[in-house]
Amino acid sequence: MSNITVNKSADPASAPQLSTLRQARLPWWGPAAPLALALIIGCGGGALIGLESKIQWGLISAILFVVFTYLLTLKVEGRRQAKNQLATSLVWVCFLLAVIPLASLVYETVDRGSTVLDGYFLGHSMDGTQRMLAGGGVYHALIGTLEQVAIATLIAVPIGLLTAIYLVEYGRGKLAKTVTFFVDVMTGIPSIVAGLFILSLWIIMLDFSYSGFAGAMALAILMMPVVVRSTEEMLKLVPNELREASLALGVPKWRTIIKVVLPTAIGGITTGVMLAVARIAGESAPIVLLVFGNPAINNNPFEDAQSSLPYYIYEQWQNGNEPSYDRAWAAALVLIAFVMILNLVARGIARWKAPKTGR
Amino acid sequence: MAKRIDVSGLTAYYGSHMAIEDISMTVEPRSVTAFIGPSGCGKSTFLRTLNRMHEVTPGGRVEGKVLLDDENLYGSGVDPVSVRRTIGMVFQRPNPFPTMSIFDNVAAGLRLNGSYRKNELSDVVEKSLKGANLWNEVKDRLNKPGSGLSGGQQQRLCIARAIAVEPQVLLMDEPCSALDPISTLAIEDLVGELKERFTIVIVTHNMQQAARVSDRTAFFNLSAVGQPGKLIELDDTERIFANPSVQATEDYISGRFG
Repeated sequence: MSNITVNKSADPASAPQLSTLRQARLPWWGPAAPLALALIIGCGGGALIGLESKIQWGLISAILFVVFTYLLTLKVEGRRQAKNQLATSLVWVCFLLAVIPLASLVYETVDRGSTVLDGYFLGHSMDGTQRMLAGGGVYHALIGTLEQVAIATLIAVPIGLLTAIYLVEYGRGKLAKTVTFFVDVMTGIPSIVAGLFILSLWIIMLDFSYSGFAGAMALAILMMPVVVRSTEEMLKLVPNELREASLALGVPKWRTIIKVVLPTAIGGITTGVMLAVARIAGESAPIVLLVFGNPAINNNPFEDAQSSLPYYIYEQWQNGNEPSYDRAWAAALVLIAFVMILNLVARGIARWKAPKTGR
Repeated sequence: MAKRIDVSGLTAYYGSHMAIEDISMTVEPRSVTAFIGPSGCGKSTFLRTLNRMHEVTPGGRVEGKVLLDDENLYGSGVDPVSVRRTIGMVFQRPNPFPTMSIFDNVAAGLRLNGSYRKNELSDVVEKSLKGANLWNEVKDRLNKPGSGLSGGQQQRLCIARAIAVEPQVLLMDEPCSALDPISTLAIEDLVGELKERFTIVIVTHNMQQAARVSDRTAFFNLSAVGQPGKLIELDDTERIFANPSVQATEDYISGRFG
C-alpha cells in the first residue's frame, strides 16, 4: 500500500518540481529580449545624454547585452547555465568587435579606392603627372613591389626552408638551440632596423646605390624568420612513422626528406611562405630607406631608385590633395588585392598538394 | 635469398638507459621466428637493432655483434642504408605514404633508391601486391591514394612495399595489433607464404599467433620495471608452448605471470 502512494507522488505530471534531469530553460529566442533592451538603452541613452560617438553607443549596448543575458539566465535557469551564457555572450561580442573594424576597412578601401582604379591607373606611372592634378597611375609601384617581393622571396625561401630542415631533421644540441634562439629574435626585428642594417652595409660601407635589390635584401631579412618558423612547425607535424617507413626501405635520409617529408608538409609550407610574402609586401620603412621612390617606371631592380605600393601610398598621402588621396586609396586597394590573390593561389596549391584522402 | 642472423652479446641503450642486455641468438633462414614477452621488455628495440633502425632514435646506441651470414652489421664501414635494403621492416601501425598512390607506395622503395628500370616497375608492383595478397582488391584503383584503404589492406600494402625491394630478411613489429581478426588471418597466411622466400622475424603479443605462424619462439622478460630486458629462452615453438625449460616462460604463456 505505502509503495503505491510513493509512486503516485513521484508521478511527473503531479510533481510540483521538475526532475533532476529536466530544468527550466529559456526559449530559443531567449537572448533576443536582452539584446533589444541593451540596444534601446545603449543607443537611446547614448543619444539622450549626448554621447556623439556611435562606437560608444555600441560598446555600452554590448556590455549591457552581456550583463542582461547573464542576469536573465541566472533568474530562469540557474548559476551554471548563467556562467555558460556569460561565456557565450562574451564570445559573440568579441567576435563582432573583431569583425567590425575588418569589414569597415575592406568596405572603406573598396569604396574609396574604386573611384580612380581602372586600366589606365594600373597601366601608367606618375611620370609627368602634376601631383596636384588627377591622372597618373600605379604601374611603376606595382612593378617595384612585384620585383622586390620576388627577389626577397627567392633569397629568403631557400635559406629559410633549409634552416627549418636542419632544425627539425638534423639539429641536435647547442647549435640548433642557438639557431632557434636567433630566429626567434629575428622575428621581432622592426622593419626599419632591417632597413638601416642594409643601408649601412650595402649603401654606406659597400658603396652601392639605391635599388630595388637593396630593398629586397632588407625584406628578405624580415621574411626569413617567418619562413623558418612556419616550415619548422609543419615539418614537426609529419609523423615520425613515415620517416621510419622510408628509412626502413633503405632510402637514404636526404632522399627521405626530399621525397617523403617535404611532400607531406608541402601544403602547410606553402601557406607559411605566402603569409611571409603577405607580410613583406606591405612593408614601407625599408623601401623609404633603400629604394628611395621614383615616379617613373624602372624595370631594373638592380639599378637606380624604384617605387613600391606601400611607398606610393605614403607618398600620395603626403601630397595632401584630393586627387592624390584618391590615388592612395586605389593603390591600397591594389595592394590588398595583390596579397589576397597570392593567398588564394597559395591555398589552391596547398589543397592541390595536400595528402589525399578518400578512396 | 634468405639469410641467417647470428646475434652475439647485443646490448642496446636509449641515452644512458640500458633497454636490452647481452642478447645472443640465432635466427634461421627461411623460417619464422616469433618474439614474445611483456610490454617494455625490449622486443621491439631488439628487432630494430637487427636492421640498424634503433640508432635512428635520438640517443639510440648499440653494442655487440649482429652477423648476417658472417658479416657484422655493426662493423666499421657498413652503411646502414644498405643494411636496411637487405633487411626490410613492417611496423606496428600501417604507415603508407600519404602523398602517394597505391602504385607509388609499392614502387617507393625502388623509386626512392633510384635503382630501377621503368618497364620493370609495374611488374615489380604487381608481383609485390600479389605476394601480399592485395592485388585482387586494388588492381582497379592503383592510382588512388593508399590512405584510402582499410587498416588491414594498408598493412598488407606496407608489406608489399617492404617486399618490393627484395630484402633477405623481413622484420615485423606487431603487424596485426591494429587489425581485426579477419585481416589478422590474411596477414598470418601471408607470413606462411613469405617464409618460403624470406627469413621472417615477428614480434607479437598474441600467443596464439606466435603458436600458429612461427617455427621458433623467443621469450623475452625483464626482472623489474626500469631494468633491461633479457632473452629468457629460444626454442622450437612447439617446445616453448608445450614444455618450456624455464618456469617464467611457462608462467607467461599460461597467463600466470607475475
